[in-house]
Amino acid sequence: MAQAQLPLDTPLSLPEHPKAWKWYDYFTFNVDHKVIGIQYLVTAFIFYLIGGLMAVAMRTELATADSDFLNPNLYNAFMTNHGTIMIFFWVVPAAIGGFGNYLVPLMIGARDMAFPRLNALAFWLNPPAGALLLASFLFGGAQAGWTSYPPLSTITATTAQSMWILAIILVGTSSILGSVNFIVTIWKMKVPSMRWDQLPLFCWAMLATSLLALVSTPVLAAGLILLLFDINFGTSFYKPDAGGNVVIYQHLFWFYSHPAVYLMILPIFGIMSEVIPVHARKPIFGYQAIAYSSLAICCVGLFVWVHHMFTSGTPPWMRMFFTISTLIVAVPTGVKIFSWVATLWGGKIRLNSAMLFAIGLLSMFVLGGLSGVTLGTAPVDIHVHDTYYVVAHFHYVLFGGSVFGLYAGIYHWFPKMTGRLLDERLGILHFVLTFIGTNLTFLPMHELGLKGMPRRVAMYDPQFEPINLICTIGAFVLAFSIIPFLINIIWSWNKGKIAGDNPWGGLSLEWTTSSPPLIENWEVLPVVTKGPYDYGIEQHKGSTDEDEDEEE
Amino acid sequence: MQGTVDSQATAIAVDHAHEHPDFRVLGLLVFLISESLMFGGLFAAYLLLRGMNEQWPPEGTEVELLVPTINTIILISSSFVIHYGDVAIKKDDVRGMRQWYWITAAMGAVFLGGQVYEYLTLGYGLRTNVFANCFYVMTGFHGLHVFVGILLILGVIWRSRRPGHYNAHKHTGVAMAEIYWHFVDVIWIILFTLLYILTRF
Ligand code: HEM
Ligand SMILES: [Cu+2]
Repeated sequence: MAQAQLPLDTPLSLPEHPKAWKWYDYFTFNVDHKVIGIQYLVTAFIFYLIGGLMAVAMRTELATADSDFLNPNLYNAFMTNHGTIMIFFWVVPAAIGGFGNYLVPLMIGARDMAFPRLNALAFWLNPPAGALLLASFLFGGAQAGWTSYPPLSTITATTAQSMWILAIILVGTSSILGSVNFIVTIWKMKVPSMRWDQLPLFCWAMLATSLLALVSTPVLAAGLILLLFDINFGTSFYKPDAGGNVVIYQHLFWFYSHPAVYLMILPIFGIMSEVIPVHARKPIFGYQAIAYSSLAICCVGLFVWVHHMFTSGTPPWMRMFFTISTLIVAVPTGVKIFSWVATLWGGKIRLNSAMLFAIGLLSMFVLGGLSGVTLGTAPVDIHVHDTYYVVAHFHYVLFGGSVFGLYAGIYHWFPKMTGRLLDERLGILHFVLTFIGTNLTFLPMHELGLKGMPRRVAMYDPQFEPINLICTIGAFVLAFSIIPFLINIIWSWNKGKIAGDNPWGGLSLEWTTSSPPLIENWEVLPVVTKGPYDYGIEQHKGSTDEDEDEEE
Repeated sequence: MQGTVDSQATAIAVDHAHEHPDFRVLGLLVFLISESLMFGGLFAAYLLLRGMNEQWPPEGTEVELLVPTINTIILISSSFVIHYGDVAIKKDDVRGMRQWYWITAAMGAVFLGGQVYEYLTLGYGLRTNVFANCFYVMTGFHGLHVFVGILLILGVIWRSRRPGHYNAHKHTGVAMAEIYWHFVDVIWIILFTLLYILTRF
């Protein structure tokens, strides 16, 4: 197994550095990747709560058919900012910035990222961007949805819309800088004893994610800059009456935003590939298949964006091409799901909170993926386009597929980050409430969509009222599900059971250091002697796999 | 600045405490992939607009060639000039490097001056039509990059005042400024082809 070799004769001498960070270090421009990771996670979670409150407000409005809680403008502003915050300020920063920064150097045996100061800079672009987005409410709030399609975005709430654009460009810059850092770090900073085929799958996923972000984000920036000019400087890139064309915006936008779904899901897949083998006590099934399928998703994912534009007057040959390429992406995704199920199969599964969320993710992602395949097929898409079927689909993928994974990651690595265990009973309560809430909220939306309820409306036909009421009740269950989680985090951080260095018996390198890790991660860099997923192989040599945490 | 906050006296850690100049160059190269795609997005938008409009550029927008051609020649030759600076520093010749870098910066400034002159004399403005939109946004954006490049070069010159800051073995900053400058140059060649040459046919 991977061990740190501790030379007994080398005393630790770091006079100018404290052994651990103090609480206030988390509020400064700190260049340590672990601090930055936690900064990202906490900031993103705060945005999640804000975005969640907006969702609850929208669902309250939608409980009845008429508009009596939010006026339509406010509904639009909430709808726009909810989607924007959830994607750009919660899932992406938490998964990539948070877990990526915290885990990648620890998993590859490095002392920090390749460019620590750049890393801190990338994080500190986030809070001002978020503030800018929220400040747009003072100017009425952007109204045009998270996609901000012109001409709607060029004629409504122009100041707020410009603030929205600048906020997105800021987080985009942050994400590009972060990607540069991840690519160079993973590429060059692995501990010398680690072979590429010993690289943890989370790191493979981060590599693919970073490549994808690096290539797609700037294209969105280009599209948004043109939009900014159209709104503020009288140009007409997207104005058909003056020689422009709105579909160009859609191409530039979806060239980023389709890959963005993989930006959200690939790191989560990485988390899954770490959590499942540890808690199933089995080697991961198909290491190479999972690693390569990440890269395959990254490549094919760049060529499917037009499936969002089947109803934008796309010529039939393009519909054909992009339907097929979309269905192809389902293959590497299916490979991963198959691998996880095969890993679970016959494993000595520990059903703790982390594992529950991981299995919850599997079940919900399969459903979301299936509705995704139906949507990727042009004929079905044309039927349910812009109905609640779409809303149901992307919430299954984003909530079931991303948020569940982030929770699984938090339950799994919290002991490493804080040195303390989360309370399992609260964790299971959290899981049960979240699982019920998610299905109650989003499952009925498929039905709403097939029956024809349009999305992005504050008022709707009374025939949809009963189903909407169920969705709203579900949303409240979801809102309450946060409470046990928050109590758990705050209580356990201070008073939870001491975790020890390796509470789960994990084999990847992050478990070889202390919990929480030293400022420099290791006193002496670890030497890799075994793959990260070789669970149970010891058994043949006579020892059991449970007592593998014999670190210093 | 690379890799670690601090270092330790162990065989493996020493390796980490070392400067990794190649990382910064690598980082820049990776970053430039991203930059190219931002320009790529603008180019794509331009080509789509071109394909969708009957007449390109629309009537009344006369594309001048003289000043931009001179400008192009200046910018392309500056890529050779800056390279001599890099060659000089590799021979430990800091003064030579400074000289070549000064000349590059000056050529960049002339390029920007030429662009401003062009803007003032063109006879159409940002809002005239969708071609003019593209023209000003794309060249303006590129001009911004030239400006940043000049700042990088001046930064290198400024830092080279300290004796021994750059030498034959330590010249990552010099190399990075050069790479960035070449990048700006390559983008310009594509831009020039799209905006000036292709509008003639
Ligand atoms: C607390 C649970 C949530 C509830 C109750 C909820 C509810 C809603 C509602 C009612 C809409 C408006 C649909 C429309 O009018 O078209 C919406 C849109 C959206 N939601 Fe959520 N949501 C939740 C969580 C999430 C999460 C976790 C994400 C992503 C990670 C997310 C991403 C989005 C996006 C992208 C939109 C589209 C916004 C737009 O069309 O501009 N939501 N959500
Ligand atoms: Cu898509």
